[in-house]
Amino acid sequence: MKYLPVAGKAVIVMFTAALLAACSSSAKKDDEEAAAAAAAAAKAEQERAAAAAAAQSEMRAKRDAAAAYGSVFYFDFDSYALKPEAIEALNAHIAYLKTTDEAVRLEGHTDERGTREYNMALGERRANAVRDYMVVNGLPSYRIETVSYGEERPISMGSGESNWSQNRRVELK
Amino acid sequence: MKRLILALAPLLLALLAQTARAELTIEITQGIDNPTPIAVVPFAWQGSGGTASEDIAAIIDSDLARSGQFSPVDRADMLGRPSREQDIFYRDWRAISAEYLLIGRASTSAGEMRIEYELYDVVRQASVAGAAVTGPENEARMLAHRVADAVYEKLTGIPGAFATRLLYVAVTHVPGGKDYYRLTLADSDGARPIVLLESREPVLAPGWSPDGTQITYVSFETGRPAIYRQNLMTGAREQLTNFKGLNGAPAWSPDGRMLAMVLSKDGSPDIYLMNLATKELTRVTRHYAIDTEPTWMPDGRSLLFTSDRGGRPQIYRYDLRTGNTERVTFEGNYNARARVAQDGRNVVLVHQQSGRFHIAVYDLVSKRMQVLTSTELDESPSIAPNGSMVLYATKYQGRGILAAVSVDGGVKFRLPAREGDVREPAWSPYMSR
Repeated sequence: MKYLPVAGKAVIVMFTAALLAACSSSAKKDDEEAAAAAAAAAKAEQERAAAAAAAQSEMRAKRDAAAAYGSVFYFDFDSYALKPEAIEALNAHIAYLKTTDEAVRLEGHTDERGTREYNMALGERRANAVRDYMVVNGLPSYRIETVSYGEERPISMGSGESNWSQNRRVELK
Repeated sequence: MKRLILALAPLLLALLAQTARAELTIEITQGIDNPTPIAVVPFAWQGSGGTASEDIAAIIDSDLARSGQFSPVDRADMLGRPSREQDIFYRDWRAISAEYLLIGRASTSAGEMRIEYELYDVVRQASVAGAAVTGPENEARMLAHRVADAVYEKLTGIPGAFATRLLYVAVTHVPGGKDYYRLTLADSDGARPIVLLESREPVLAPGWSPDGTQITYVSFETGRPAIYRQNLMTGAREQLTNFKGLNGAPAWSPDGRMLAMVLSKDGSPDIYLMNLATKELTRVTRHYAIDTEPTWMPDGRSLLFTSDRGGRPQIYRYDLRTGNTERVTFEGNYNARARVAQDGRNVVLVHQQSGRFHIAVYDLVSKRMQVLTSTELDESPSIAPNGSMVLYATKYQGRGILAAVSVDGGVKFRLPAREGDVREPAWSPYMSR
């Protein structure tokens, strides 16, 4: 009863008192059962609220944990294999996404080397690799949209590996 | 709709004003060893008003210079300005070592322009060619290019490709924001650019219908890629695809009826053909690997495409009659995005060598690969309709520029934009007149 608001307690007491006053003694047993049912309902409500609060705080914790990893997963040149650090980050995101019913969009990108249309296909493979990992780990595929931008949307504009490595990525949105 | 006309933000108006003049400049970086000296004398003006709207001779002069095969004589060195045969003093032209002399006259009547030209051999002191071209006055530049085409063909034996146009994508970067992509149409010398589409989302893969009246391209304007067709005569635009996954690399068949494309709606990227009249789709390749960048052989009987089914991207050929697929390229571990010359023999492609991406030409008959460029991020080769030059995109001083190289590697020039990046060039076929 510890979470029951004072007002709630008062309502129950008044309700019980009113029943007692209004009813004859022959109805006393029914009155007691009604009071017990009301108390049980109130208890269930408290438990639901408690569970919701706990779920809320768990969701928040998972969301914060996922956010700490960032929402960009990087790849090696001409590869769409998930790297260990991407898997660790994805696990955190999946744990969070399972607490919600949010739809996600995965945007696949490549660096500027190679042809634009081939890179469009490579970007799609990267986005699909992330999607497939999410699905295998329990996220329904209808919640996941993938789109490839190939080399059209670099994060880092220059050339050289230090720029290219930042551009070979999948962004979760 | 993201047509530029509708975009009224002040920044866009500023961009519009800038694109009214030529966006591309031309820097010839390499010509042949002994280019033929030719004197292109300013054409006499016989129309109303003081001068012609365009300097006809200067346009021809610049075309011939850009081919790398001619070295036009400087006007300041000319000892006379004849416009008719009787005014020619051959010694004046021998004195400045001109081998050929082009003179002419331009006039207009009721909005119609007529350019008469005469070509002379200075050494033999004889007429080589002479004719007239006519057309709308506002197409004066195109008429001048047609004269250059005729002169080029007379002296080299190869039809000129100056009276053609280019499509390219210009990109203006907005620091910390979304870029502006402008699908642009210009003359083959970069003059008269017209923005056909402006978007804050990527635009790529422009291509021509075989008669030069329609184009296709990929636009991300809906947040996803889709293939569009646009009629250059009417401006009418149509979205052709909207499939889940990739919608890319559209390529018109030589008869103009089919559009080859890449779709990944059935799982992995495969080549499909769309009948443009019925919109009916036929699947061509069926492989879990990446199949992309289809292009047609000039006879329309087979397609070349890029596939990594062998582990690395290579060019394959699909025979539309037999359904057989054969691998075409074996040299190097990256050969992609082929385009075939009208001779059906020279294939230009992107070829990786020592980690660098170059434009190369692969001869389907001799099976020889020749690397044409020495820069390192070269892509999107597009071949001129006369097979002489390859236009491609590369990076120069940190910016995306267009560049051109002759199919034999002997002539090179750059076409940097005045600002921003330019990429994805597509050289038009010969335009129907």
